[in-house]
Amino acid sequence: MIDKGTYVRIRKILLNPNERSDNLPKETKQVPYKMWVKGYLLKEADLFDLVSIKTITGRTESGILKEVEPPYKHNYGDFVPELLKVTNIILSDVYGDNNE
Amino acid sequence: MVITMNNTYSAVMDRRNEIMKKSVGIDYNNYEQDGIGFNYELMMNSHGYDIEKIKKIQNENMVGSTPLVELKNLTKYARKYAKKGYGARIFLKDEAANISGSFKARRAVLAVDKAKEQGYKGVIAATSGNYGAAVAALAAKAGLKCIIVQETFDSMNISQPEIAEKARKCEAFGAEVIQLSVGPELFYMFLKLLEETEYFNASLYSPYGIMGIETLGREIASEIYEKVGKFPEAVVITNAGGGNLTGTARGLRDFGATETKIIAASVNLYGLHMASDIDFNKKSFTTGHTGFGIPFATYPDRSDVPRSAARPLRYMDRYVMLNQGSVFFMTQALALLEGMERGPTGNISLAAAFSISQEMKEDEIIVVQETEYTGAGKHLLPQIAFAKRNRVEIEFGNPLDENPGKNIVFPIDGSYLKHEEISVDGLRKTYLKRFKDFNLTKNDYKFLSEELGVEINKVKELI
Repeated sequence: MIDKGTYVRIRKILLNPNERSDNLPKETKQVPYKMWVKGYLLKEADLFDLVSIKTITGRTESGILKEVEPPYKHNYGDFVPELLKVTNIILSDVYGDNNE
Repeated sequence: MVITMNNTYSAVMDRRNEIMKKSVGIDYNNYEQDGIGFNYELMMNSHGYDIEKIKKIQNENMVGSTPLVELKNLTKYARKYAKKGYGARIFLKDEAANISGSFKARRAVLAVDKAKEQGYKGVIAATSGNYGAAVAALAAKAGLKCIIVQETFDSMNISQPEIAEKARKCEAFGAEVIQLSVGPELFYMFLKLLEETEYFNASLYSPYGIMGIETLGREIASEIYEKVGKFPEAVVITNAGGGNLTGTARGLRDFGATETKIIAASVNLYGLHMASDIDFNKKSFTTGHTGFGIPFATYPDRSDVPRSAARPLRYMDRYVMLNQGSVFFMTQALALLEGMERGPTGNISLAAAFSISQEMKEDEIIVVQETEYTGAGKHLLPQIAFAKRNRVEIEFGNPLDENPGKNIVFPIDGSYLKHEEISVDGLRKTYLKRFKDFNLTKNDYKFLSEELGVEINKVKELI
């Protein structure tokens, strides 16, 4: 059970495929239009329950409880060896090959 | 009594005009003329802001007066590939120094000022870009609430790393961030929120959203004049919605730099559909690209206000595009040669300047008018790693062979970093297409001549 007042992220389907704009590529038209939003849980609930939350600006939203205390997960990604090659190209363009 | 509104897609879209009128505080009917046109200058000059007032507001909010630096090492690098006597001096306006890390703060500060003056409790902006962070930061400073609506993730719930970072930054300033899946229905949600909250629409395309950038054009003109005793021969401006170009060009012109060439630059994303759930995560640039730049130039009023204040064809002398690999390459070069680590999207115009400077004489000056902040997600490392995870191939070769969504091609050396020209006349023709069956009056032609920055005879020829 997740306590009332916990900060969470919910997901809501805003438009089902048949309610979406007609002017869309096929791959977009066949999937629902969804929203993520964060806020404080208004009543205790379990993960994946339909819940209501109060957002940081004080609005109420409802949707499926997807994540408790949502962290930021974006980072600097995996190692990219190609960028070392780019570095070598630039340095050798500017300083010549014997810059070690 | 609770009145329940009909919130279906079509019902909300039908209420669009009344919602807009209430939320921007501008009655656009005041500027409409008989026929197809409207009075653009009247629209731009009817809101109680003159340049001194704008400067004061920006100054008080840590916006503007950013450093202008000469990129001597990059200039030297570009000259390596230029004919003798060629290779213009490249200058850069470090717009990352603005309060929220990009030039967008110049735009947001006036919208927030207007919202506060008119007594709105909060502001809303629809943007996946740096504008969100700008509105959020300035709303925080003004004590207003803020909601940012972004297109963030695809149907598999995968976010663009660059947009995830911008959401974090908005939340750092206390804003509520609404994240949406791929699709133009973002506008539907945006309207619903405006109606529900009665907040101010901090549109990128209102006159406030453009007037704030005029100071950037003026600073470039005055600072270059002070340093070298003349105005720059060219200014390169990253183009997406057209506001950056419009505001900068107006500022340059107002300051007297009427001969300065205005060059638009975008990343080439031809072939990727902007409303495609599949293409969404195949791109490495979420703005500054042709997918926004071309439709907004040829049909500015597709924006979220009835008459967009961003009208780039009025001012554009040239339009060039760069591939994704070249912009990443130049982002790395800026860090390695000039000690400036900045976000890739802000370096589109830099990559263009590197190539264009080689066509110009060495005593001429080309100005890159922006940079943006960088950080986790919004950096070439995570953006290239993300591309690889989405099965985009990373190659070395001729960047002009890049196929957006399929590969990213880095130049095998600096000599391969070249721009491609987009025909401005071609864009003007596209703009004019929807008027070809109209019975145009003399006033209509006059309007079109202003809209496209050409003589009336040329409009007739193009149409």
